[in-house]
Amino acid sequence: MNDFTIWDMAQGLLLSARWTVLLSLIAFVGGGLVGGLLLVLRLSAGAKVQAMIRLYSEIFQGTPLLMQLFLGFFGLPMLGIEVSPWLAASVTLTLYTGAYLVDIWRGCVEAIPRGQWQAAASLGMSHGQQLRLVIWPQAMRIATAPTVGFLVQVVKSTALASIIGFTELTKAGSMLTNAVFQPFIIYSMVAALYFAMCFPLTWYSRVLERKQGLALKR
Amino acid sequence: MISIENVSKWYGQFQVLNACSTAVRKGEVVVVCGPSGSGKSTLIKTVNGLEAFQQGEIRIGGTSVDAPNTDLSKLRSHVGMVFQHFELFPHLSILDNLTLAQLKVLGRNKDEAADKGLRLLERVGLKAHAGKFPIQLSGGQQQRVAIARSLAMDPVAMLFDEPTSALDPEMINEVLDVMVELAQEGMTMMCVTHEMGFAKKVAHRVIFMDHGQIVEDERKDEFFANPKSERARDFLAKILH
Repeated sequence: MNDFTIWDMAQGLLLSARWTVLLSLIAFVGGGLVGGLLLVLRLSAGAKVQAMIRLYSEIFQGTPLLMQLFLGFFGLPMLGIEVSPWLAASVTLTLYTGAYLVDIWRGCVEAIPRGQWQAAASLGMSHGQQLRLVIWPQAMRIATAPTVGFLVQVVKSTALASIIGFTELTKAGSMLTNAVFQPFIIYSMVAALYFAMCFPLTWYSRVLERKQGLALKR
Repeated sequence: MISIENVSKWYGQFQVLNACSTAVRKGEVVVVCGPSGSGKSTLIKTVNGLEAFQQGEIRIGGTSVDAPNTDLSKLRSHVGMVFQHFELFPHLSILDNLTLAQLKVLGRNKDEAADKGLRLLERVGLKAHAGKFPIQLSGGQQQRVAIARSLAMDPVAMLFDEPTSALDPEMINEVLDVMVELAQEGMTMMCVTHEMGFAKKVAHRVIFMDHGQIVEDERKDEFFANPKSERARDFLAKILH
């Protein structure tokens, strides 16, 4: 058992980090699509739809992600829907990410002065055109930094998927620990790998924030 | 051209417009003035449906603004509006500000729209700034661009909502000059403004509002020489120094 070298362990962890990256990407893209779609609905649909979207994001923001994963993984089979850890983790993380992104983006859209909507409307643009051509390009600039910041949270949150048996970085780390009994070294390497994934994102979001600060100062 | 009949509007319990009626004929220039909070900005924004109203009717060239079968976007595309805070689109260059709605709303082609945009920029004296962004221009220049942006849509009438009140004093005239020129060319205009010099020069009629009501609606000479209401006399005394 003890003939594992550090390099062997690192290699195993690196390979499993692929699944963390992939799960994060699924959550980013899926959550982005869900968030974007719901944002458009929140800005244009009737009061009932808006209330439902609000309820959705309240529920996902107000409960632990771990419970959501449990409900997805153990709850759905009780309704007769078989789910793999992959599917449960992907769907749950997508819905979780979407619930936050729709709120972050709505805040950014609301930060654009009402006069911009009015000016666009007075030129004869439809509601969709006002949003797409005038409001969103401006909101996007404000949205980039908080969005990237939130995506860092998502990367770290994928660790929770290990608990429903999804073999990503954290799960691989604990499996390896059980085999070689070197928790300190292994979990240090796991942490370092998370850092290597998150740091570029936080660094990038700081650059964006600084850029935006300059633009506002102008 | 524009007819406003018996229009009332409430924000909850508070009545902002109280049975306002007036009309602007083709080629007429009407100045709307009154103390702040009198409802004049709200009134002008009801004309192109930016503000809803609960009672009465507004028609532009015979089309009712709030009828359910009215294509409000189409109606608005024919009515220019200039705002107090310019509201240029900050993410677009000056020329793109002028072409965006031409391309997306009127369906003009790129060359046509750019051509029109440049001609209008030349007219307001800002052709050299076509490639700049709004933030790089002074307030007066931005407002002239905003006027040009509205004109690019070939409007049948222009609405001005306090176009000079956010400007530094030395920039007011460059904007008023553009408006005077427009008026002299026969544009139908409804202007909320405190610039009584502008009113004296080009307005045909002056509407005085207070507490959501149209208190006076008079020919210009009559209004300045001989205001009927106490409130209008007070207002003029304050504003004309």
